[in-house]
Amino acid sequence: MFRFLLIRLLQTLPVLWAVATLTFFMVRYAPGGPFTAERNVPPEILKRLEAHYGLDKPLGVQYVNFLKSLVTGQQPSIRHSNRTVGEIIRESFPVSLELGAWSLLIALAIGLPAGMLAAQKPNTAQDYVPMSAAMVGVCLPTFVLGPMVVLFFALKLGWFHTSGWNTPGDRVLPALTLGFHLAAYIARLTRGGMLEIMGQDFIRTARAKGASGLRILSRHALRGGLLPVVTYLGPAAAGLITGSFVIETVFNIPGLGKYFVGSVFDRDIPVVGGTVFFFSAIILFFNLLVDVAQAWLNPKVRLE
Amino acid sequence: MNPATVPVSEPVEAGHSLWHDAWARLRKNKLALASAFIVTVLGLLCVAAPWVSPHAYDAQDLALGAAPPSAKHWLGTDHLGRDQFTRLLYGGRVSLMVGACATGVALTIGVLYGAISGFIGGKLDALMMRLVDILYALPFTLFVILLTVWLGRELWLLFAAIGAVEWLTMARIVRGQVASLKRMEFVEAAHALGLRKRRIILRHMIPNVLGPVIVYTTLTVPAVMLLEAFLSFLGLGVQPPMSSWGSMIKDGADRMEEYWWMLVFPAGAFSATLFCLNFLGDGLRDALDVRASKD
Repeated sequence: MFRFLLIRLLQTLPVLWAVATLTFFMVRYAPGGPFTAERNVPPEILKRLEAHYGLDKPLGVQYVNFLKSLVTGQQPSIRHSNRTVGEIIRESFPVSLELGAWSLLIALAIGLPAGMLAAQKPNTAQDYVPMSAAMVGVCLPTFVLGPMVVLFFALKLGWFHTSGWNTPGDRVLPALTLGFHLAAYIARLTRGGMLEIMGQDFIRTARAKGASGLRILSRHALRGGLLPVVTYLGPAAAGLITGSFVIETVFNIPGLGKYFVGSVFDRDIPVVGGTVFFFSAIILFFNLLVDVAQAWLNPKVRLE
Repeated sequence: MNPATVPVSEPVEAGHSLWHDAWARLRKNKLALASAFIVTVLGLLCVAAPWVSPHAYDAQDLALGAAPPSAKHWLGTDHLGRDQFTRLLYGGRVSLMVGACATGVALTIGVLYGAISGFIGGKLDALMMRLVDILYALPFTLFVILLTVWLGRELWLLFAAIGAVEWLTMARIVRGQVASLKRMEFVEAAHALGLRKRRIILRHMIPNVLGPVIVYTTLTVPAVMLLEAFLSFLGLGVQPPMSSWGSMIKDGADRMEEYWWMLVFPAGAFSATLFCLNFLGDGLRDALDVRASKD
């Protein structure tokens, strides 16, 4: 187990390096520099700006500096000139983390029971009703659902603020929007996984031995039936926790995703690099978690 | 009695091909058929937009401004007084075109990559699939955003960027199919009969890989359209004066306080299309009896 973790962690290093390198060259060679969005900057000031951010150095030096700054997080942001990339991430990540955690909780609380209910009596109303709702959820992307929810609950009914992240009430709409969308996928995967498990021989055996429905579910079926959900949850949770760009844009939440999109528009290379690197590290970490969880749930998988 | 003259009392059972069975199964799935019908009608409407709609898509009526649905403007007008119904059709053209073209890109890369990997096998296969594993671990959305920045905002580049990140699952599916087909007895028999590689591939491999590829392609279309709408919503996709459903939803979301119709109609059209495409994909999957993973 320890060996497995160590090897996997070592394997992520080249991937992270590849991500960093790709990001650097893509942003560096993107048309339009960080200062072109401004009104015409006089050439001598442009030169001094570039010198200040080290953009005048040879490409190799810039690249090495970029890699170094990813580790230290000390690179100053170009748009938010008084802050470093590390500070921006430290500030905005907790916001995204909180939003992600609430959404994940809501998604699991709705999605798992809905999927299990549907799998219990396939092709009956008990199946069709939650699965139709799930289909609606899948086809209502967050950038459609989000504004609709604001339109109805914030503007029509006036229950919540339309945007912001100040009061506890501000958490409700974004978390519900994200959570409902994710719940739809979880419900579909849960249903599929449970249906497949329920058709297996060992479940029939358990039933023949007279095990109650609840015991079959908790002791035998759940473990295998939730495997697809676990596989899906890795990247999904990583995406949630690192912030949903759309939801943060719609609700004007100062999370990581909003900074990322803003920095892409501004060609703020240090922030783009830093956030992409951070995102990738988290996604890789969650993939690793999924592998461990899968081994724990499925005895056929061995960690090697 | 001469056996040759015996009249055939029962009709010889006609051979049921895979496609025959699949069609029979699909025909029973009313939901999938209705979905296919709706998508086709919507697609035709969008293609025929200049003839269907009495208004030009960029004709502004600033004096009118944003007006709610009326007899003249069926779905109302936007903040610049442009006819919403017309813009919806033109936006649909872009969205559906992205769906088709980007899926085409993903399909081409994925099938070629998977087929080569699966057919050659060995070390190359291991290497190629390891690369796919690595790419899977990357945050795609970020890379599409970076790609749109890097390649600019040209429409065809958008197709390429989206297609370039959506081919991985296709490659995995095709590779798995090809690798297992290669070891099947009938392919071995074909080899033993001295058929040439080309013929084996054309006659025996491709028809067997086609099912999963078709199913996954139908499911890729909504995924791709979603990505385009997502980019356009963030302002990174289609640029004005062109519009796609994603950018229309964005415009609507910005002004929904006063003009609800600017949000509700594009959102409805987009969601309905996704709905139909997903139902069609699920229906085809059941019909062709393919167990493709959707992630």
